[in-house]
Amino acid sequence: MDKLIQDLKVQIIAQLNLQDVKPEEIGDDQPLFVDGLGLDSIDALELIVLLQQQYKIKLSNAEDGPNVFRSVKTMAEYITEHQAQNS
Amino acid sequence: MPGEIYITASTVISKGRIIKNGVSIFESKDTNAPGFLLAAYQQLGIKYSKFYKMDNLSKLGWLAAEMLLKDSLDEGKYQPEDVGIIFMNASSSLDADLKYFESTKEFASPALFVYTLPNIVIGEICIKHKFRGENAFFIFEAFDADFMQKYVSNGINNNILQACICGWVEFIGEEYKAVLFLVEKNGGGDELADTVRVAFTKENLNKIYQF
Amino acid sequence: MNAPVFIAGVGAISAIGNNVGECLAALEQEQAGMGEMMYLQSVHGKTLPVAEVKLNNEKLAQLLGLPAVISRTAMLSMMAAKEALHNAAIPGLTSLRTGFISANTVGGMDRTEKFFAEFLLDNKKGKLRDVLHHECGYITELVADYLGIRNYVSTISTACSSSANSIFYGARLIRNDILDVVVAGGTDALTKFTLNGFNTLMILDQEFCKPFDENRKGLNLGEGAGYVVLVSERVAATLQHAPACKLAGYCNANDAYHQTASSPDGTGSYLAMKGALERSGLEITDIDYINLHGTGTQNNDIAEGTAIKRLFGPLYPKMSSTKSYTGHTLGASGGLEAVFSALSIRERMIFPNLRLQTPMKDFPFIPETTLIKNVHVNNVLSNSFGFGGNCSSLIFSKT
Repeated sequence: MDKLIQDLKVQIIAQLNLQDVKPEEIGDDQPLFVDGLGLDSIDALELIVLLQQQYKIKLSNAEDGPNVFRSVKTMAEYITEHQAQNS
Repeated sequence: MPGEIYITASTVISKGRIIKNGVSIFESKDTNAPGFLLAAYQQLGIKYSKFYKMDNLSKLGWLAAEMLLKDSLDEGKYQPEDVGIIFMNASSSLDADLKYFESTKEFASPALFVYTLPNIVIGEICIKHKFRGENAFFIFEAFDADFMQKYVSNGINNNILQACICGWVEFIGEEYKAVLFLVEKNGGGDELADTVRVAFTKENLNKIYQF
Repeated sequence: MNAPVFIAGVGAISAIGNNVGECLAALEQEQAGMGEMMYLQSVHGKTLPVAEVKLNNEKLAQLLGLPAVISRTAMLSMMAAKEALHNAAIPGLTSLRTGFISANTVGGMDRTEKFFAEFLLDNKKGKLRDVLHHECGYITELVADYLGIRNYVSTISTACSSSANSIFYGARLIRNDILDVVVAGGTDALTKFTLNGFNTLMILDQEFCKPFDENRKGLNLGEGAGYVVLVSERVAATLQHAPACKLAGYCNANDAYHQTASSPDGTGSYLAMKGALERSGLEITDIDYINLHGTGTQNNDIAEGTAIKRLFGPLYPKMSSTKSYTGHTLGASGGLEAVFSALSIRERMIFPNLRLQTPMKDFPFIPETTLIKNVHVNNVLSNSFGFGGNCSSLIFSKT
């Protein structure tokens, strides 16, 4: 899970063009959308693309978004859960 | 002079240079256009992380507007609805369209699709400065100073706008040029040097465009 | 007060009709135009309803007397603009100063996509002439040539408010005595580029859209073209039939919030509507009908509704979104809905907002759900709000 969280931070920065942010500056539990990184609705859509591109997981219901993308940790948990289901 | 309209500032970004009011403020030998814009952003000490998400056209136009407005526009003087933005170019958002299209081969990118409209650059400037006045984006084969002068003068003379950021913003491949003018009724602040403030005529627009 | 600008003629083509008469009949009969994709070839063909014009490119070209290599965007524009000029029947048109102000967002993308598909498979394939039409400006030039308008030609590209902006720009040219006649509006053809793009933004409804419904899920993309012929008072006096309406007010403002989403309180929309009212000299109680932007997305409808509540509350005019018929025609929507607004005045009808089952709980008003006939419609407010925060409102008034 730790490696996944680290990888995710790097991937999020790349996918969302957060050039000013370093991976170590993103807390595992830090809210991504409210305050924190100040991400917006387009960023949320890009995270959906990231899930699909990097982890082959399709978030078909956009309403699950806020929960899945609450923090890097919740994203990692979601990925772990769904990769287990897929394999 | 009440009722007169003036160009109170101008910015040209072209061929590796940024020129504000006729004076070079940044130069780079970086021949790669996106690289040049990034270098300009970093070295001019601006802090606006949303810059990185923009497409090339928006980066160019937004940067040109930042340089134009810095130390030139007294934003406190105007209500949000008083300041408008009127831009034109030839290629519309073609640069972004191509990048988005590339992404559709694998995974279509929503962040790239956002920029497949030329007026998004206007949106980015308004988001930063909260300008809410009339705004438009026209497609012309080349910079049309006569059109610009008439359109903006009409807006200011009829009290639709009190100030306007207008000009040409074009980015396609490695070709880029932004020429922006700050146009105000009553010529801006009294302390503005006469060398900076010039009458809003098509001749003056063309002179600055060809700098 | 500024000189009045009259609407001498209207022209339209959309999913609900190939001309104004057909569109009007569909509006009256509550016949929506969206359905399964028929003409565009897309991977989303079975999952996303679209509102296509019911003519393929060969048929359009035939009707226009042109070779079938012209971009669909241009052909739709030609159909509607030609009809508008014909409808206006301006005597001595060739001796008047005439302009063509047109808007589009996709340019010749329909041809370019076709080229790319062939080119990507084999870079010796694909006809380069297909990409010649790509530019938005080129589409306008093609149509202006077809119409024989040379004095003044301009292209506006400001997303979904583009053709509304064309119309008030055209009016300004007449007011400033630069032109006597302006054909103004816009066009957009459905393309895979736009369909895929909107799909990635996740704002498309997989069912037929439900503007202003509490359970709305998004928009349906459409295509079409809509133009009005604007004339000066002097030219209006020469017409055989007095114009039914005039452009009484207009305003454009920027929402300054987000590239593609509207601010929750609809500031840009509010400023545009308020500004149009002020310019027209009308009171809020003078507005009989609002043709809503009403795309059916969660975001637009709440923002637009909030702005309406703020401006009009507690006395609300009747309102509806005709995108429930035509889908969202993007660059054409302002022009097409201007035509519908003019029809509303002329025909004394208020068109319904289709498929509205559950009114939005945030608002004390409900758009009309059935057609209303034989009513006084003196002043219509038409909204068009585009990406980039570009918000425009037009007001049409009975003469």
